[in-house]
Amino acid sequence: MFTKAKLAGLAAGISFLALGSAQAVEIEYWQYVFDSRVQAMDKLIENFEAANPDITVKQTTFPYADYQTRVVAAKVAGQGPDVVQLFYGWLDQFVAGGLIQPLDPAVFPHAEIESDFFSIVSAMKRGEDYYGLPTAVRSLALFYNKAIFDEAGIEPPTTLDELLAAAEATTKRDGAGNITSAGITMDMAGQDHHWWRENLVRQFGGEPYDAEGNVAYDSEAGAAGLKFYTDLQTEYNVGLQGFMDEGQAAFRAGLAAMTIDGTFRLGAFASNPFEWGVVELPANAEGVKSNYSSYFANAIGATAEGEELEAAQKFLAYISSPEAMEIWLETVGELPARRDVALTEANLADPILAPFLSGLEYAHTTQFYDEAGQRQVAIDMVNRVLLEGQSIEDSVAQAAEAEQAIIDAARQ
Amino acid sequence: MTATTASTTELAANRRDIRPGRIITWTLLLIGGLIMVTPLLFMFSTSLKTAGQVYDLKLIPAAPTLDNYIKVLGDGRFMQWFLNSTFIAITVTASNVFFDSLVGYTLAKFEFRGRYFIFLAILSTLMIPTEMLVIPWYLMSSQLGWLNSYWGIMFPGMMTAFGTFLMKQFFEGVPNDFLEAARVDGLNEFTIWWKIAMPMVVPAISALAIFTFLGNWTAFFWPLIVTTSKELYTLPVGISSFSAEASIQWELIMTGAAIGTIPTLLVFLALQRFIVRGVMLAGLKG
Amino acid sequence: MASVHAYQQTGRVRFWDRLNISTKRVIWAWTFLALPILFYAGIRFYPTFQAFWLSLTNWDLLRPAQFIGLANYQKMFVDPVFWKVFQNTFLYLLVGTPLSLLISFVIAYYLDRVRFMHGFIRALYFLPFLTTAAAMGWVWRWFYQPVPIGVINGLLSSIGIEQQPFLRSTTQALPSVLVPAIWAGLGFQIIIFMAGLRAIPGTFYEAARIDGLGDWAILRKITIPLLKPTTVFLVVFSSIGFLRIFDQVYNMTTNDPGGPLNATKPLVLMIYQTAFSSYQMGYAAAQTVVLFTILLIVSLLQLYVLREKK
Repeated sequence: MFTKAKLAGLAAGISFLALGSAQAVEIEYWQYVFDSRVQAMDKLIENFEAANPDITVKQTTFPYADYQTRVVAAKVAGQGPDVVQLFYGWLDQFVAGGLIQPLDPAVFPHAEIESDFFSIVSAMKRGEDYYGLPTAVRSLALFYNKAIFDEAGIEPPTTLDELLAAAEATTKRDGAGNITSAGITMDMAGQDHHWWRENLVRQFGGEPYDAEGNVAYDSEAGAAGLKFYTDLQTEYNVGLQGFMDEGQAAFRAGLAAMTIDGTFRLGAFASNPFEWGVVELPANAEGVKSNYSSYFANAIGATAEGEELEAAQKFLAYISSPEAMEIWLETVGELPARRDVALTEANLADPILAPFLSGLEYAHTTQFYDEAGQRQVAIDMVNRVLLEGQSIEDSVAQAAEAEQAIIDAARQ
Repeated sequence: MTATTASTTELAANRRDIRPGRIITWTLLLIGGLIMVTPLLFMFSTSLKTAGQVYDLKLIPAAPTLDNYIKVLGDGRFMQWFLNSTFIAITVTASNVFFDSLVGYTLAKFEFRGRYFIFLAILSTLMIPTEMLVIPWYLMSSQLGWLNSYWGIMFPGMMTAFGTFLMKQFFEGVPNDFLEAARVDGLNEFTIWWKIAMPMVVPAISALAIFTFLGNWTAFFWPLIVTTSKELYTLPVGISSFSAEASIQWELIMTGAAIGTIPTLLVFLALQRFIVRGVMLAGLKG
Repeated sequence: MASVHAYQQTGRVRFWDRLNISTKRVIWAWTFLALPILFYAGIRFYPTFQAFWLSLTNWDLLRPAQFIGLANYQKMFVDPVFWKVFQNTFLYLLVGTPLSLLISFVIAYYLDRVRFMHGFIRALYFLPFLTTAAAMGWVWRWFYQPVPIGVINGLLSSIGIEQQPFLRSTTQALPSVLVPAIWAGLGFQIIIFMAGLRAIPGTFYEAARIDGLGDWAILRKITIPLLKPTTVFLVVFSSIGFLRIFDQVYNMTTNDPGGPLNATKPLVLMIYQTAFSSYQMGYAAAQTVVLFTILLIVSLLQLYVLREKK
């Protein structure tokens, strides 16, 4: 049944495949699901493949909650990614699990890393090795809805007291007292827990963690910080946890005057049907400012070797390049991780980017051992006060205990 | 709305005239039924609204539009998920119809040592919840390379104890004479099963097919775990991930849910009598 | 598959033909069962043992598994979150099963007597059963939103009742998640009850009427007792369903899974999180063994309590 013609065609096809596969290396890139980041990565892959016709990059994404497990499970199955994205706070677990390999200093010289990138890249160093490089870094700022602010005739706030006043002036309620448009969003599962941790606690005179990394917010300052937050709902009724399901959802719908969020939200907010602006996170009465900065870094998978390792290194170099960072900034809104790409005149003058860049200057980067677990502690802490009426001090104490347990368990 | 009295009912005792009580009962039942489908009605109505109109909570959209459907179906993912679910549901159903019947028939109609033991062993698997097997299945799949593949989604459900038990019950009701006659005619056992016995239990087969198809079409837990890339999601997993990403765009979320529901609704409306009879049959024998 | 060896030359009878009929049939039987037995052994039995074994180790995908005896179980039984989850799981069962069976029986009882538009009304009750739990989780989640986007709260506000937090309250969250689960299962239960009702011969009723019994007495003395097998089936079936609830909870609480404050978390969600968010496979396996035990005990208990008393 195999005619000569078919045989010839088959042979040609096979040899073509063999030839093709000898030339093209395929590497896999993994990140978690977030619309604008996936889109940005698609663009970067396109550019990279155009410049490197012998390499193809396949992007795979997972929901954030399962992300770590997937990476670990893939490694167990021997099928890990070649280039993988990870939250800086996961580095310990990834290194301990043998999921990533240190960057080759010949390809990524340390001196360059230290001079070109923002100093927070040092969180990717363990011992003498750097394990990854970020494309972008993020900080927090206060987004506000210009239309609602104009309606109320007020200016964006610069201090906590002004924040409260602005929220009160812009909250809309119905006849029964239910909020129909919030003054400020309350969403501990979003970025609010960072705001509480690195901002409010410090602004009320304390610190979230001590020099050894142990919980230190079980104090008057911590309680005061929590009180400020929960009062927004219980005392002043200017916000409602769970309103519109998520804080960023309320803001996008034009039903919240202010929201605290990070640079990664800029891409999503770009299509808002109303005018909005950004200001730095409010200082306290004494002018103390703080911020939380963080980043996702890209690392090289432990299973990459030979041709794939080379391709992976090239890809990692590209996605950490100034060009890639510009694209990322455009598409996602996150700040470039390289100093000179971020701190350009244009960026510093940009009314949207400037507050984030300023925030980066005085930001703290929390050392997370189990980011999801520690976030849950904060969510539960607020819920106990708001839903079960627990006293502020008790809730803070309980949260401190729970979080310390997580930290202790991770350090074993 | 006059309640007619088609008096040829099975419950012969209910040969009563129309009384106010019955009209009230009928009305209450109707209202109850309408309440039951209210969530579905709202789902459809919201899927026809624009983002701004979502806040106007009326049931009938002021200016219905198909834009949401165009947008959601347009990016191709839903079609892919739909095809995945269809392929998987059909394949698993076919496998169940074949194997569950075969095993049920064997256990019902053959005498051999160990028959009761095998029967009990298979029955005992009913007690094992899939949730307990999910972790070993996941490990097995990752070691054998079945993760993120059609086979990985399908393999746990290819045969079920429930289906086997159901078919066994029905095969027991098949008279042996037909089978003996066929043996005398020289047909081999497989042909006897396939050509003689199976046609005699068609109602059972259709009941099994309906349950298996529905169960696999709406399955969520295992497909969620075993799939990693979006192209391979089944429809429920796809709708879940789509909705989580769409966050506040409720009109799109409702559209996604509607797209997941419409196919089964259409099939049901076309085959209602058939399906209900199948469910009843399964319940009686179960 | 007719012959194994065919020695024609010496005139020996073929091996296959020498077997008697019953032996042949036994071979056929085992042939039919070969693949299925392999399947059940490999897909059901072996993983079960593996799950039990894993529950006695501390495997977390990264380090090799180490035998730690009953440490996982000890850890579980002192974890307050586990007991909250245990409580939730039983709440789902103890509220869900009686409520849904009661409602579905009442509806089946009256629906069975309806002739006019019977098919239409029956379809109305059955449609929710055909929906996908994951998708419906999102629909109901939207229902429960606060003003201004929530339908239920919008309704309450318009008639002057204070709006309810539903999914955002530690007390209302579990019932709120339970409602879609009950809602979806009613159709199936109604149909099964109706099948059971129709299986009762009309002669019983005729005899009862002749004896002068009223409707209520007939219900108590004839209908309900004769429905026992159906009822037992539904009790066991829906109990297992409620104890294993997952799809609705997962999709309705994505922001704070099982929350708020673990108010809605059932055992299956805890298993999922332990295994696939924290990748503690050993501990998760122990939780699945607990689930298995609960299901087994509850089912056996129900079958015992509801058995035919002669």
